[in-house]
Amino acid sequence: MITRKVRKWEKLPGKNTFCCDGRVMMARQKGVFYLTLFLIIGTCSLFFAFECPYLAVHLSPAIPVFAILLFFFVMAMLLRTSFSDPGVLPRALPEEATFIEMEIEAANGNVPAGQRPPPRIRNVQINNQIVKLKYCYTCKIFRPPRASHCSICDNCVDRFDHHCPWVGNCVGKRNYRYFYLFTLSLSLLTIYIFTFNIVHVVMREFHCLTVLEVLVCFFTLWSVVGLTGFHTYLISLNQTTNEDIKGSWSGKNRVQNPYSHKNIIKNCCEVLCGPIYPSVLDRRGLMQEDSPVSATSAAPSSSSISNPVPQTMKTTAALIPNEHTPEDAKPSVAASAEKSPSPKDGDPPAPKVPPLASPETDVETSIVKDKTH
Amino acid sequence: MAETHSLQDLQQPAVSSKVFIQRDYSSGTICKFQTKFPAELESRVDKQQFEETIQTLNNLYAEAEKLGGKSYLEGCLACLTAYTIFLCMETHYEKVLKKIARYIKDQNEKIYAPRGLLLTDPIERGLRVVEITIFEDRSIGSGR
Repeated sequence: MITRKVRKWEKLPGKNTFCCDGRVMMARQKGVFYLTLFLIIGTCSLFFAFECPYLAVHLSPAIPVFAILLFFFVMAMLLRTSFSDPGVLPRALPEEATFIEMEIEAANGNVPAGQRPPPRIRNVQINNQIVKLKYCYTCKIFRPPRASHCSICDNCVDRFDHHCPWVGNCVGKRNYRYFYLFTLSLSLLTIYIFTFNIVHVVMREFHCLTVLEVLVCFFTLWSVVGLTGFHTYLISLNQTTNEDIKGSWSGKNRVQNPYSHKNIIKNCCEVLCGPIYPSVLDRRGLMQEDSPVSATSAAPSSSSISNPVPQTMKTTAALIPNEHTPEDAKPSVAASAEKSPSPKDGDPPAPKVPPLASPETDVETSIVKDKTH
Repeated sequence: MAETHSLQDLQQPAVSSKVFIQRDYSSGTICKFQTKFPAELESRVDKQQFEETIQTLNNLYAEAEKLGGKSYLEGCLACLTAYTIFLCMETHYEKVLKKIARYIKDQNEKIYAPRGLLLTDPIERGLRVVEITIFEDRSIGSGR
């Protein structure tokens, strides 16, 4: 049996890709992200190459300087959003999963034979509001409030907002502010380039490359500015896109958002200037890996040991089927393998960029996703 | 199989069972653990001692996540540098996490290890649970 030391990211379940030895974490499909990069860098390069020299001389050298600063800020925010851990919750280790199963069994009591056990939900009272915590069959945990399972990345993400193909990553608790600052600064950059293109056309001449820039800026403006406006609205109410789409706090049945401070400034401060949460997913820790045949636990090490259980293997916890467990989890053939639509790359920009593959709200689809590994 | 963080025992005790202290979401999404004393620890450790440990942990996490002038200042300054400042500086939360790690190590050494218990830092479990490993009570004339 050969043992070797590996970084934990190599053994993490889920459908993320990692780069730079675990420092960078992204979704699997990155095509649209490359398009975003190309559009931003391409348009800005044309602006710096063609318009800026003229404008710097005839108007002010501050124009390209400010554009460069804004460009760097946009790129920094984009890369930060794309490369960081959105707030992924690590899956429960077998012992924890078993412990939770036992608690559920104890709470359900004796279920008469032939009857389905009740759904796995924990009720919690937050700010005089009953919030239901759902059980995630993939991660084997009760999801914290505001967390949701992303079917594209196959992870539970804390304070899940949406999965954004344009940045190639989920947007969650840890990178939401970077995402917002990215859309905000990109709006400003787009308006800036658009304005100075018009000025350039008026002052100088009508160049085909200027037309190209104006076209890109025009379409970007409508989508990105709209998106920024939408997220500003969400931030002022301390809501996530996921909650907004599901209508969690829409106000009917006297349901109110328990996380809101009822004060726009306070909500904005919390979301944008709150503490910067560390990643709870240990990607760069070292662990021992035995030969690939047996999935044994590693020798004790100073960092936590996660069992290198492959995705297709079930944990040792016995899964008690209930009304939420779809047919294929029971010993019968699955009716349909794929339920959720696969993510569509290259969708036209919309004022509200919805999660193109809906985040996991239904335990059934999460089980189906688990099955399709 | 046994985790020997800082146990002084020469023999490696076997793991009898594990208890998981769950999160307490009654105050919202802040990191807070339930202080309810689990039945499995009744014979091992004093209830008050345990509650004090969990309460101190909760206070430390509250300190890390506190929304106030300091955190706002850190956020705004970091934003001005496009968050590049964190390439060389630690965030306030990370500093408190180190404090928590030291506290847990200290508690393990002083209180829990002599009683055949081991607290695992919640950060190693995704801040979801406080895992308490209960070792078989093999030692003759142990404290409890």
